[in-house]
Amino acid sequence: MDRRTVFNGRLLPAILLLPQLLLTLFFFYWPAGDAVWSSLISEDAFGQGWVFVGLDNFSELFADPLYLQSIVRTVFFCLAVSVLAMSIALGLAVFADRSIAGRGIYRTLLIWPYAIAPAMSAVLFLFVLNPRIGLLGRWLNHHGIAWDYTLNGTQAMLMVIAASAWKQVSYNFIFFLAGLQSIPRAVTEAARMDGAKGWHRFRTISFPLLAPTTFFLLVVNVVYAAFDTFGTIYALTQGGPGKDTETLVIKVFRDGVINQDIGSSSAQSVVLMAGVIAITAIQFRFMGRKTVS
Amino acid sequence: MKQRPDYLAHAILILGVVLFALPVWLVFAGSTQDSNAIMRGELSLVPHLSNLSVYARVLTTQTMGSQPVWHMLLISLGMALCVAFGKIIISILSAYAVVFFRFPFRKIAFWLIFVTLMLPVEVRIIPTYAVMADFGLINTFTGLWVPLIASATATLLFRQVFTAIPDELVEAARIDGAGPLRFLWDIVLPVSGANIAALFVILFVLGWNQYLWPLLVATNQGLDTIVIGIVKMIGQETQTDWAAVMATTVFALLPPVLVVVLMQRWFVAGLTEGEK
Amino acid sequence: MQRRTLLAAPLALVASRTRAAERTKIVWWHAMTAALADEVTRIAEGFNASQDAVEIEAVYKGGYSDTLTAVIAASRAGQAPHLVQVFEVGTGTMLAAGKAVKPVWELAQETGLTIDPKAYIPSVRGYYSLADGRMASMPFNSSTAVMWYNKDAFRKAGLDPDKAPTTWQEVRAAAETIKAKDAAAVAMTTAWPTWIQLEQYSALHNLPFATKSDGFDGLDAELVFNSKDHVKHVERLLEMSNNGTFKYAGRDNAASPLIVAGEAAIAFDSSGSRGNLVKSAKYEWAEAYLPYDPEIIKTPLNSIIGGASLWTMTAPNRTPDEYKAVATFLNYIGRPDVDSTWAQNTGYVPVTFAGYEALKQQGYYTKAVGADIAVEQLTRGTVTPNTKGLRLGRLPEIRNIIQEELEKALQGGQTAQQAMDTAVTRGNKVLKDFAKSAKA
Repeated sequence: MDRRTVFNGRLLPAILLLPQLLLTLFFFYWPAGDAVWSSLISEDAFGQGWVFVGLDNFSELFADPLYLQSIVRTVFFCLAVSVLAMSIALGLAVFADRSIAGRGIYRTLLIWPYAIAPAMSAVLFLFVLNPRIGLLGRWLNHHGIAWDYTLNGTQAMLMVIAASAWKQVSYNFIFFLAGLQSIPRAVTEAARMDGAKGWHRFRTISFPLLAPTTFFLLVVNVVYAAFDTFGTIYALTQGGPGKDTETLVIKVFRDGVINQDIGSSSAQSVVLMAGVIAITAIQFRFMGRKTVS
Repeated sequence: MKQRPDYLAHAILILGVVLFALPVWLVFAGSTQDSNAIMRGELSLVPHLSNLSVYARVLTTQTMGSQPVWHMLLISLGMALCVAFGKIIISILSAYAVVFFRFPFRKIAFWLIFVTLMLPVEVRIIPTYAVMADFGLINTFTGLWVPLIASATATLLFRQVFTAIPDELVEAARIDGAGPLRFLWDIVLPVSGANIAALFVILFVLGWNQYLWPLLVATNQGLDTIVIGIVKMIGQETQTDWAAVMATTVFALLPPVLVVVLMQRWFVAGLTEGEK
Repeated sequence: MQRRTLLAAPLALVASRTRAAERTKIVWWHAMTAALADEVTRIAEGFNASQDAVEIEAVYKGGYSDTLTAVIAASRAGQAPHLVQVFEVGTGTMLAAGKAVKPVWELAQETGLTIDPKAYIPSVRGYYSLADGRMASMPFNSSTAVMWYNKDAFRKAGLDPDKAPTTWQEVRAAAETIKAKDAAAVAMTTAWPTWIQLEQYSALHNLPFATKSDGFDGLDAELVFNSKDHVKHVERLLEMSNNGTFKYAGRDNAASPLIVAGEAAIAFDSSGSRGNLVKSAKYEWAEAYLPYDPEIIKTPLNSIIGGASLWTMTAPNRTPDEYKAVATFLNYIGRPDVDSTWAQNTGYVPVTFAGYEALKQQGYYTKAVGADIAVEQLTRGTVTPNTKGLRLGRLPEIRNIIQEELEKALQGGQTAQQAMDTAVTRGNKVLKDFAKSAKA
């Protein structure tokens, strides 16, 4: 972290740091503190009075089977989205890494979806899979498959997993491709000359060398699936039918904003904060030098 | 040795391309079809190119509950640019201060900023909303983007880039008598050009694609972004004008996609910096 | 003479400019869309044109739920609008809002403007009043649930299009005939499943939905809609869903487009959908009384209102003039002509006796066949503690809970009894939390 040559001065760096520090104070520490405080009280919707309840909100939360279900559902969702998005991306990256004609064009055509908003991904999937108007949705119902994700929980979960993973493939693709391209050609050539076939080469050389990338992407994908998919899920199913697609972040929103249960929502936020800190800590433990030093 | 075309690779890649292009093509085609037909389930992949007027119509009409599309596009553009430039500027300043100066509390300042990595905005929305209310920034344009530039990801990136700047450059600048600000402007910024470009793409897309925060902070229709506007349009309980929604979707996708495609080289390079 | 008029003209212009500049501005947040939104605009414009002192601006804030969320947030930020349209199930929450709202009776007292509760229809007024009769919010758009049916589909099925089924047993039989004859895409559906199939059902059959007179008598009410009679109806719906005669179309008003499109032969929805049907329906439809189960009650009681009322919000810098302006507007919408025009064009019921009389005299009910069913259904029989309506905190959340459990049962995940039992348990917890925070 330390350079040898630096500039002198105290005032200038302070001024340079001020904007970010102020923003951090007001939009991170203050809200975080507020969330912790709110999780320890019970107040009415209009914010006119409050009662200190200690850890009651937390104990009620963890005693609530619906919350625990939400946790399980979120973990499942995150893993499903990550595995799906990463495996498709890896498959595409492997083939895009080969020396073929039009490689550049393929890459551009596979990178642009990065620009799609999570909420827009939901909208696009709606036009494809909505049972009433969607191209594929209508086709499925026509051919005897009762497809309606507004009423069937499993189908709804499939939908949001697909819509979320679909959007994330580009990001993973970029990293996997870069990772593959950074494997020295000499290594793969040597393996080929040794007679190793494509799949074997991949399994024994490329994949292990991609391990850091894979791990990094796994963390990013899990965090993406846990938080950034709010727009996708909310726009498609609002967490329904029932609670079948209600992930933790949707629940925070629903309880805090729609049901005006600030205490419970804040407690959930605090739990999520702890979760993110844990994941980030794990990431830095394993990635260590790359990101911190 | 002449290589046979790699049919397998082409097949897989084409499949991949189609997987992503299909929904977007569908939306484009659908925008030229009749809304009532779509409602009855007759959405098809074939566009009716005679109906491209829907784009002009959607751009300028205002309905109860939503603004004309040009207005929403403008808000989205403003928000995306403010987020991108805002974050780049403050991150450069902070990273520069942390890397090129030695002063008391430097490490503490760095860690204070660094910790914000650990909290996506979704988790702190409600208290952030309360803070914005206290500042009177609810329902304002400023309120749309300011909380989004507070996190430290860009600062971290610049810190890495600045740390990698060779000492010789700094020495040379000092010998020349250049002060820290001069050095920043003349040397550091140009050197980080590619990274700034990459970050611009990432942040522009991020700002454009926001859903939860603008949904919460702006109840005034005049502040609807295009993404919010589209979801609202679908949410209307009465007859949805599907063709209009699809045309609006195309509008909503164009700017971020253009930014990504046009700046692809820098973007990819900047993202994968650490991989090399 | 000419000189005087020449002088008079600019003076008059200046005077009118000053007058216009002095108009007190008030803001009204509402949740109406389409034809209803047009009517809201018409009322606002009519009010502005009828006097010089006040100018009201009507702003659409999204659906009822979004509007309530928005006003709570705005209130906390000290930026609440002067008037807000809150759906009836938000009444509990608004009544617990303390200083954030200014009840109608207080407004009347402070501004000296008369607002007479007795001018309003009892079932409407009662929902929004305190136990002692003082009005808390101003009734605006009140509807009730009715049955809509597709005459064309009835004909196709060989049923008499002019004879609406009156009991649930008849409805079920009709639905089966319709399905057998394939006379409609959907035999039966319902909008607002909890409001109509549980809340209204309870009132019609004199069953309590919650203790303490459905919550009117205290914050410690408990839900009781898992009784034998309630469960019997839910089971009926589940059975009909299983054999394809009932299609669950989703929560809240998700089913409404189906009804307007004529895809459902029998449907349940707010009487307020009449406006949309008149405007957009391309088939022959009719309005009918909600069916009842004669095994539970011989003569059904009155249904309860739905819709919304207008609440006056306070704000740190609100002036007495502004409150006076609000009172003036509330008086305006209580005028018989305004009330009757609103009812006529929307399908909501007239909220004042005078308005109802005006409509009758204009012969509206002879022209609009079936439009009086809503009012008749609201005013029939004697009011009991089970037919005054519901006053429960966080009722929107409770409704969602019921809808979730219902959806689970519809997917075959649980029985009707389990669904209602779970909904009651979850809902009671919500009520307790609400009571706890309201006392804070």
